[in-house]
Amino acid sequence: MADKNPFPGENNTGHFWDDNLRELANPPPRWWMIGFYVSILWVLVYSVLYPTWPTLESFTKGVLGWTQIGEYQKGVDEVEAVRAEFEQKIAGMTAKEILADEGLSAYTEASAKVLFGDNCAACHGGGGQGGPGYPALVDDDWLWGGSIESIEQTITLGRKGIMTAHGKILKPEEVNGLAQAIVDGKPASSPLFLQKGCIACHGMDGKGLTVLGSANLTDAIYRFNPEGDETLLDSVKYTIMYGVNDASEPKSRQAEMPKFGDRLSKDDIKKLSVVVFKLGGGQ
Amino acid sequence: MSDNRQTKQDVAVDELYAEAAHWELNTGQETIHAKRISGKWRSYKWFSNAFWLLFFLGPLLRWGDRQAVLFDIPSRQFHILGITILPQDFWMLSLLLLFFAILLAVVTALVGRVWCGFFCFQTVWTDIYTWIEEKLEGSPPKRRKLEKAPLNFTKFRIKAVKHFLWLVIGFLTGMAFVSWFVDAYALWMGLFNFTLGSTAIITIGLFTAGTYGLAGFLREQTCFWLCPYARIQGVMVDNTTAVPTYDFYRGEPRGRVKKGQKEEDRKTGDCVDCNQCLAVCPTGVDIRHGQQEGCITCALCIDACDAVMVKLNRPTGLIRYESLDVLNAKESRPLLKRTRVWIYTFVLTLALAGIAYGLSTLDAIEIKVIHARQPLFVLQSDGSIQNKYTVKVLNKMTADMDVQLSVSGPQGVRMVGADEPVTSRHGKVTPRTLFVRVPREYVLEESRPIVFRAEGRDAQGQLFISERESVFFGPRR
Repeated sequence: MADKNPFPGENNTGHFWDDNLRELANPPPRWWMIGFYVSILWVLVYSVLYPTWPTLESFTKGVLGWTQIGEYQKGVDEVEAVRAEFEQKIAGMTAKEILADEGLSAYTEASAKVLFGDNCAACHGGGGQGGPGYPALVDDDWLWGGSIESIEQTITLGRKGIMTAHGKILKPEEVNGLAQAIVDGKPASSPLFLQKGCIACHGMDGKGLTVLGSANLTDAIYRFNPEGDETLLDSVKYTIMYGVNDASEPKSRQAEMPKFGDRLSKDDIKKLSVVVFKLGGGQ
Repeated sequence: MSDNRQTKQDVAVDELYAEAAHWELNTGQETIHAKRISGKWRSYKWFSNAFWLLFFLGPLLRWGDRQAVLFDIPSRQFHILGITILPQDFWMLSLLLLFFAILLAVVTALVGRVWCGFFCFQTVWTDIYTWIEEKLEGSPPKRRKLEKAPLNFTKFRIKAVKHFLWLVIGFLTGMAFVSWFVDAYALWMGLFNFTLGSTAIITIGLFTAGTYGLAGFLREQTCFWLCPYARIQGVMVDNTTAVPTYDFYRGEPRGRVKKGQKEEDRKTGDCVDCNQCLAVCPTGVDIRHGQQEGCITCALCIDACDAVMVKLNRPTGLIRYESLDVLNAKESRPLLKRTRVWIYTFVLTLALAGIAYGLSTLDAIEIKVIHARQPLFVLQSDGSIQNKYTVKVLNKMTADMDVQLSVSGPQGVRMVGADEPVTSRHGKVTPRTLFVRVPREYVLEESRPIVFRAEGRDAQGQLFISERESVFFGPRR
């Protein structure tokens, strides 16, 4: 610091170092200062209008009453308003009628993807392709029928078919013979099919009965596909020996479609029925 | 040469010197008030200015029941006379841009910044603005005087009328611009009914303000400091480019006309240092320093110089369109015999041919096929393999059309869900979900190509076909 200003007439602050190093009193440009004051004003106005300052337990709410959740709700309401027209129509129609209406079924297919993902995809796969132990919804083979009404009933009430375990009733070679006939696609060709009472549930021709949910044994699709190193013959034999949902047999296969009637609304079930129907296998 | 004539010339030259006494290096501090001069290039300039009438009048033309040229962005349709272009055909736009990019390079390499000097909206609008200014305020010296004069009623009236007219032109420019994107007549109706949309209002406002500011105030400073285009074009100019050039061999040493001196006794060059070329220059540069970044090659200095040369009875063309190489006698081939001209022409023709090909082969219908991925394939109860596809039919015509879908591929292939034809809506994409089944014994590979085909007939019975290849998936063998 020098007592005497060695640079008279210059707009310096009077701070000097090393003879000639000094601090100049150059103000920021006017446009910058205007911008600065405007932004302060902006903050003041903003904090009056919108939630801004934290208080000990809460925060200032702002006179406009704006909230983020309110903004979100507004967006949701907008979507709901667009959907309302379709949703109202769906409420007054049966699943079959929805299916017949091209526009409405397209809407359902697109909008009920979320429902399918939330409720169905865990077992039946995101595209309805099924999974180990769970049937595919995309094919044309239905245990309980592929009509829109049957599908709706399946979702509403759930399904649980029962096949008795035959391991203790049949001799191993009998199981072998039956299984081979089934794998060949001609169950009725084995005399055992009639003798051992398979026809009671699977029908005379082995094509299954949808009222009982019994499998069609003549087609290319199996309810239980071989897992791991198993051959198809192995898995068919397993099913014959231990049955399905047989309470007296601990090794019995488990197969139950849960009931969605008490979890989902009627409209949601209608929509899901349409989606499942349109996956490819509806009949 | 008679004495009488000499005197007459002297008087004329004195006037000229007086006119151009005011000149400073253009650094933007002072408004350039260029003298307006008539002549050959000035006439050309009016013609090239008139090109922009298309911009104003084009949207008013009709084609059938719609605007002849309309870039309908909300519905993604671009109507150009009888043709409707959808976003799918936008590759032609890249060819068009290529064409214009090359055209710019070609023209600039051959004859300099013709765009800047004759066609650029900045130049043209500034020209019109200054024309109005001259009509209201008078010649450049008068304008400078008025600028310095204190504000009184007369000055206020003149200025008010000028700014009003400028704003009207700016506003019309905005209206014309928006008219290319919405129906022009509806736009004007909306203006008078106060029912214009916010986008239209904002766009028109921006254009009004932009035109007013750029053509009224920034003017040549835009070309100097704002426009990247000017710089890009600047680097395309070389020694072989014909640009307005001062013939220094003929002109130097320049010297004022000495009164009473005989033409035979003259020791100076043809340039009489009258500074007329500076007085008329809209960007305020001195062409006698050679080609420079400020020169927009508007050729008005040629008109000015020629007028003086005629008055002095000297040959015209002291400033003329000429390349440095020709001036320095390094090049004598005429324009059309230069290799680069032919190469440029060839590339331009290619781009044009591409656009012509595109326009002549615009498909009326087009299909896209999307294979469902989850699952890739499904085993059906009869043992066949099923794949799911979504076929999207794009109809670019003006009427709906029934399109029959078919598929060809592996033996035994069968399509489910496409017995009914797809009613494809015009100007839209219509999707159809369908299934393709192939018997198990013919599914020999994990994936193989499959071809979808769409056929439709319009009201006149003309057949339209579109094909698209997709894949068919099966189990691993």
